Amino acid sequence: MLEGYALYVDYEFCSGCKSCELACKNEHGFGREEWGIKVLEDKPWKKEDGHWNWNYIPVPSDLCDLCVERFEKGREPSCVQHCQAKVVEFGTYEELAEKMAGKRKSLIFRP
Amino acid sequence: MCKEEKVSENFEWKTVTDEETIIRTHAWSPPGCHPVGCGLQLHVKDGEVVKVEGDPSHPITRGALCPRCLALKEFIYHPDRIVHPMKRAREDRGKNKWEQVTWDEAYDIIVTNAKKIIAEHGEESIMVFGGTGRQANTYYPLMAFMVFGSPNACYAQSGWSCYGPRATITAHLMGGGYPEIDNACRYPDRYDHPGWEAPKYILMWGKEPLKSNPDGFWGHSVIDLMRRGTKLIVVDPRVHWLASRAEQVVQLRPGSDTALALAMLNVVVEEDLYDHDFVDKWCYGFDEFADRVKQYTPEWAEPITWVKKEQIVDVARKFATSRHSALGWGLAVDQNPNGVQLAQCLLSLMAITDNLDVPGGCTLGTPIAGDDDPARDMATWGFESGILKPEVWEKRLGAKEYPGFSMIMNQCHPDFTLDVLESGKPYKIHMAYFHSSNVVSGAIAAQPDRWYEALKDIDFGVAQEVFMNPTAMALADVFLPLTTFAEHDGHVQPHYGLNAAFEAAINKAVTVGECKCDIEIMMDLGKRMHPEYWNQYEDVVDYLEKRVIPKGMSFDAFREAGVLQPPEVYRKYEKGMLRPDGQLGFLTSTGRFELYSTAFASFGEDPLPYYKEGPFTPISRPDLAEDFPLILTTGARTYVSFHSEHRQIQSLRDMVPDPLLDINPEDAERLGIKDGDWVLIENQFGSCRQRANVTSTILPGVVHAMHAWWYPEKNPEAPSLYGAYESNINTLLPNGYIGKLGFGDTFKANLCKVTKDER
Repeated sequence: MLEGYALYVDYEFCSGCKSCELACKNEHGFGREEWGIKVLEDKPWKKEDGHWNWNYIPVPSDLCDLCVERFEKGREPSCVQHCQAKVVEFGTYEELAEKMAGKRKSLIFRP
Repeated sequence: MCKEEKVSENFEWKTVTDEETIIRTHAWSPPGCHPVGCGLQLHVKDGEVVKVEGDPSHPITRGALCPRCLALKEFIYHPDRIVHPMKRAREDRGKNKWEQVTWDEAYDIIVTNAKKIIAEHGEESIMVFGGTGRQANTYYPLMAFMVFGSPNACYAQSGWSCYGPRATITAHLMGGGYPEIDNACRYPDRYDHPGWEAPKYILMWGKEPLKSNPDGFWGHSVIDLMRRGTKLIVVDPRVHWLASRAEQVVQLRPGSDTALALAMLNVVVEEDLYDHDFVDKWCYGFDEFADRVKQYTPEWAEPITWVKKEQIVDVARKFATSRHSALGWGLAVDQNPNGVQLAQCLLSLMAITDNLDVPGGCTLGTPIAGDDDPARDMATWGFESGILKPEVWEKRLGAKEYPGFSMIMNQCHPDFTLDVLESGKPYKIHMAYFHSSNVVSGAIAAQPDRWYEALKDIDFGVAQEVFMNPTAMALADVFLPLTTFAEHDGHVQPHYGLNAAFEAAINKAVTVGECKCDIEIMMDLGKRMHPEYWNQYEDVVDYLEKRVIPKGMSFDAFREAGVLQPPEVYRKYEKGMLRPDGQLGFLTSTGRFELYSTAFASFGEDPLPYYKEGPFTPISRPDLAEDFPLILTTGARTYVSFHSEHRQIQSLRDMVPDPLLDINPEDAERLGIKDGDWVLIENQFGSCRQRANVTSTILPGVVHAMHAWWYPEKNPEAPSLYGAYESNINTLLPNGYIGKLGFGDTFKANLCKVTKDER
């Protein structure tokens, strides 16, 4: 596990495509019932203002090692690279906290 | 922060290390997809793909991939994949009694049958079927025209209701390619390019591009644009996830789109929000057009569309006054018997608000003709080769009956074709070639069981596919195994060339069994049918160099160039770039964008847009609505399948294991249906079963059903055919309800009832 690093998720734009799940499985060779990251859904409901609350949130699992092998080769984690909406980012706590300060609907995960 | 990914200056399509070879390539199909050309790196070890990754250097996809390409390895090496040619006795159709044969034997059987059928009944009695969006789209008409000399290439969807209508109406009203949302995809530096601007709004109309990537537009670009300030107005009967991020959702009654579009045009014209300069200089027939839309007020549209008149006014004003804005017009435009008029309205809306071919609006492909165009002018290729005879071309089914269709589309007319298959008049079809087309249970055919009956007794059938499917099991006598894009060299460009933001190479990485690609099979059969023409091509690469990739380039030079992006030139009509004669303006008989269509008039269609209620709605058929009270809309995509493909890919199937029917909680409660229940969906045309997804994203009184479901795990033999008709919603959707020009169907608006299925 990488100390001092984490995953940032901008869930305003997570489209729920689950590319991260398969990209992670491909990288780590996980089986059918294993995930390194999983997309959870807060299903759609209508708010009083007429807009919809509908959020997908990719959550790293116990198996997430932040792609330490890729990190050592200077590469970003597989879920970060393959995310179609570019909502998952990797960095130090400080870098990610700064990102979060400027962004609604964001999260930082330290797996 | 980790170091930036290293991207080499020169595109190295092949990297060999001690451990593995990495092939960089660009995706098309198979596995089924539009020509999106996403960038991949295929890691190959001992002749096998061991890992699939995105290519970070690709200017559009930038390392990302969707789940279908991430599951590519599973697809390539799936145990059910057919990797050798097979034959089966004609009397064993529908039975799983296949016998492996050599390619030579398979070809001999095909050629012997084809030659006999041509000698006895003429070339026209051979029909080549193609599915939607796939690479085979480029090659199935060529198989008809240039291998068998037949004029009959058939896309078996009622009213040819996918893309063809939009492309054709664009050609009639202005000439030119397909208008697409400007996502800066022709610039290597993309969104940073000087002069490019993000659309202020995208009016996303009957389209969910994140899942469908239509028709080569990389859907998640919309998220890129939203991060750069673009706001969304979504017009859709369903609230999909992207709609939850929109400034406004215009949740209209399915099929009433043309009424909404006319009312928006009414606001733009009556409130004088249109661009006078563009209209004066570049449009034809504005006065007649303005006069026509006068009657279609927001008050008129409200009860028809279920959209409040205030919202109609608001979105019309926002779109018209926020220049530049883009319009993403989707499949809902095609799948509507009144859709030609909807296309007319939406193109006119883009034009009079000056959002055509401008930064942040819709880009416009140039009209392309002749040998440089792989998509449009295939019949001419057929004539030039001497294989397609002009007098045989005259026999193309439905061409005379639907001139507005056949002038642009080089195909036979699908609904007309079905009638011919059933009646044998004016002539009988004796051979069917299913070229990546699952006609009897897939996405496109309405009443697929009717197509099955109509084709059952055909003299000879061939299927060219990756997997066995219901159509091949039901109707083929020979099965030819097809490569995936990881197994062949090729070429991909978005929009089949009609608005190609780039061109790129498909690079062969591995060999699987004896599979061959579309081009190789076409050449092999061509050399046996017409060696005098086809012997000029040595192999696939030779064919690509002579016919497909940019002229004068070797295939090696082409693939080493990576992603070739042509320059973006806006306002081409001001520069004489939309007409072959170099004159300014548009490629129409008036030289202008035709708000009043002289082409439509020549086909006997109203030259101006109008509203016509659909054939099966509570308004047009209150009698039917008593028995079938719910409005049925169909066909929204998921991330995990391309229509009827991918159902056997476990990691994808796990994400969407069953076909789902969206139903509002009010309706579900009234009908005693709980979330996850199996339900029976029925109307006067047919029935099928799916599982209820109880959700308030669909309006009360409306249900949405997934399309193209079959079950690779079920009994392959007839009559089951892998459960072909258990859950296929198209069994409820008829053929023959088309507009005057021959386009449109009822896939987006029909009627049904839903009950709990107690089985």
